[in-house]
Formats: sequence, structure tokens, C-alpha cells
Amino acid sequence: MKTIILTEQDIRTELSKITDPEIPVLTLVEMKVIRSVKVADEVVTVVLSPTFVGCPAMEYMKNEIRSRLAALGCKDVRIETTFSPPWSTDMLDEDAKEKLRAFGIAPPPKNDGALEAVLALPVACPFCHSTATHLESAFGPTLCKQIYYCDACRQSFERFKPV
Amino acid sequence: MSAAFPQDALQTLLLALADDELMLGHRNAEWTGHAPVLEEDIAFSNIAQDELGHSLLWYTLYQQLTGKEPDAMAFERAWHDFTCCRFVTYPKGDFAYTVVRQYLFDEAEQVRLRAFAHSTYLPIKEAAAKILREEAYHILHSKGLVERLGDATDESHRRMQAAVDVAFPQALGMFEEVEGEQELIAAGVFPGHATLQAEWMRHVVPVLTGATLAVPVKDRAGVYSVQTTPDNGGRRRDHNAHLQQLVDDLQAVYRIAPGARW
Repeated sequence: MKTIILTEQDIRTELSKITDPEIPVLTLVEMKVIRSVKVADEVVTVVLSPTFVGCPAMEYMKNEIRSRLAALGCKDVRIETTFSPPWSTDMLDEDAKEKLRAFGIAPPPKNDGALEAVLALPVACPFCHSTATHLESAFGPTLCKQIYYCDACRQSFERFKPV
Repeated sequence: MSAAFPQDALQTLLLALADDELMLGHRNAEWTGHAPVLEEDIAFSNIAQDELGHSLLWYTLYQQLTGKEPDAMAFERAWHDFTCCRFVTYPKGDFAYTVVRQYLFDEAEQVRLRAFAHSTYLPIKEAAAKILREEAYHILHSKGLVERLGDATDESHRRMQAAVDVAFPQALGMFEEVEGEQELIAAGVFPGHATLQAEWMRHVVPVLTGATLAVPVKDRAGVYSVQTTPDNGGRRRDHNAHLQQLVDDLQAVYRIAPGARW
């Protein structure tokens, strides 16, 4: 059996096929959940940056990473987590936010750590773009979302919580 | 890295933090499907899930020092081995009690996590920064409810006041000293529970009194002294039947097949 030499880029390409189970339009790479990938002596180390600490999807993501890398031929996969710096929605780039919007989830505004000020700002409806919206529920169907209602197009929608 | 820190005291602190989050998380989860309105059902279910996540994070830090698995700590310990404060073990009660308890707990979390931002022990400092971002949603929610319900109607005032009367002495139990506390203060891990309690009162007393709720403290130019007996004991594993019932409940499924992989 020939030895497969995998580069960090190969690993990243494979990991960029895994999507967040609750937000299927974004990959773990676009979500900035994958902080770094290292390959050294057949050991692949993937460092993850958890989104919400209590998010049950984290276990699913880890299992997906393990099984996909095993299928690529990686024998020794180590998954580590880091909180330095903590994951924040400020890490999402504009392209990722646009994908959220197109999927019907209002993207999180930049917060720079000033959450209370940002939560007071108007939220644009992802469907009709009106800002005539109001908060229905500060908490939503998953830890990362809140529920808003658009008074213009009379549609309720989810908003990704800025953190 | 952790060798320079008082090991036993550090483990005691981490376990107390994890146990508090685990028990309150479970008590809050008891509202799932039972809250007075749908939005509160969703809110308390979310808050419960956040607290359980935070307990896992503190247990993981404990595991880094001891090698003990988080699941073993949560599901294999006897009820009288937990070191949570008694406050988080009481039944969910009236919804007003849940609201007041959550508010008093959330303010304590704010004070504690902000203090941890200066901790010399890096894992605590980093975990606190992460948790604090999520906690912003909890405090906004519980504080908003206290402010609205405190003087909304005669009934809401009466029920909120009854809740404060019961919950305030219990809440003081969050600040019971842990074993080895002085060593932790000396090592710069955290400023100690007496300091945290004083800071906590500077936040909660004005909010509660602003919501027309009487608090058992004496105010001397903004310095508050407690006029009631704290419900201490939890940190010394001196618990009551409420924790026994809670642990029986939360470990029931695990005990059917210990160590099973789901």
C-alpha cells in the first residue's frame, strides 16, 4: 500500500466540505470554526474554535472531521479546541454573511465586544430588507439565533446572535 | 504551567463553578414545555442549554488538572459529593422565583467572569472571556423581566417580592468561601468571594429597589451590609433533599447503562 502524503491544503480542502448542521449554507471553514490545521509525521492536528459553548453541533462537527480525514487516509487525527481568542461573529467575512442572508437568516452585525449597544440597533429583514422589524424572542430555536418579525412583509425570521 | 498554582484549591474552585452551572441548568430545563408563555419556554430552555455548556467547560478545565472525565463528574458522583451552592438546587418554584433566581445568578456570573478576566490562571481567564459573551443575553433577559415585573401589577409585585424574600438569602450562598480561598487570592486566581459579593450587591440592590422590591440590606452611602442569614453549606457538601431529588433525576438515564455510548 502506498503512503499518502497529505498537505495542510489537502486537509483544509476536505474540511471545507463539512457544513454546520444547523446552518447548511456555511462550511466550518467559512464559520471560522477551524482555527488551524497542522500536519507533522502523519499526525494531523485540527484546532477548533467553538461557536457557542453549549452547542450540540460541536460533537457532530468533530465526528465529521474524524470520519472524513480517516477516509482520506489520516491515521492519527487530533482535535484540539482553543478559546484564544474566543470565537466571535465578528470573524465572519462579508461573503459568509451574504450567504446567511440569502438563506433567510439576518446576519450578525459587527459588535467589537459592545453587545448591548449592537442589540439596540435595527435589524434588516433578510427577505424584503426593510428595517421595520421587531424582536419577537431574544432566544431562538438554536443557541445561535433570535426570532424577529418583519412588519413590512409580515414574515418572521431568524437572526444570527452577535457574540 | 499550573504547577505554580495551589492545586487543591484550584480544583475546588473549578468544581464549584461547574457544579453550580450543572444544577441551575437542570433546574431551568424543568421549564421546557411548562413556562407561562412560549417565549419564556424558549428562553429558559436556551439558558439551560448555555449553562450546561458552561458546566462542561469548567469540568473540562478540572479534567486538565485531574484527568477525571466530565461525564463521570456529572453522572457518577453521589448527590452529597457535589459542591454547588444550595441556591441552584432548589425546585424551580413559582415563575417569579425562577426569574429572581436567574437574575441574581446572572449578576453574580457577570461579576465573577469580569474578575476572572484578570486571573493569573490562563485557562480560567480564557474560558471566562468566552462565557461572558454568551452571558450578555442572559443578564439582558433576566434583568428586563425583573424591571418589568417588579411593579407591573399588584399580583406581579406581590409574587416578585415573595421571590426576593426567599431567594436573596439563598443567593448569598453563592459567595460562601471555598476551601483554600486565601491561597487562590494570594496566587491572583481571583479576588475572593467577599469582594465578589460586595460588587454583586452594588449591581443587584439598585435594580431590585428600582423595581420597587425590598431587599434585606442596609445602605450606608452606597455600601451595603447584609441584614439576613446567608444560606451557606453547599460548598462544604452540606446539602438537603432538594439536591438529592435533582441528582436522582439528572442521573436516572445514565444509571440505566453506565458508560454507554449514545
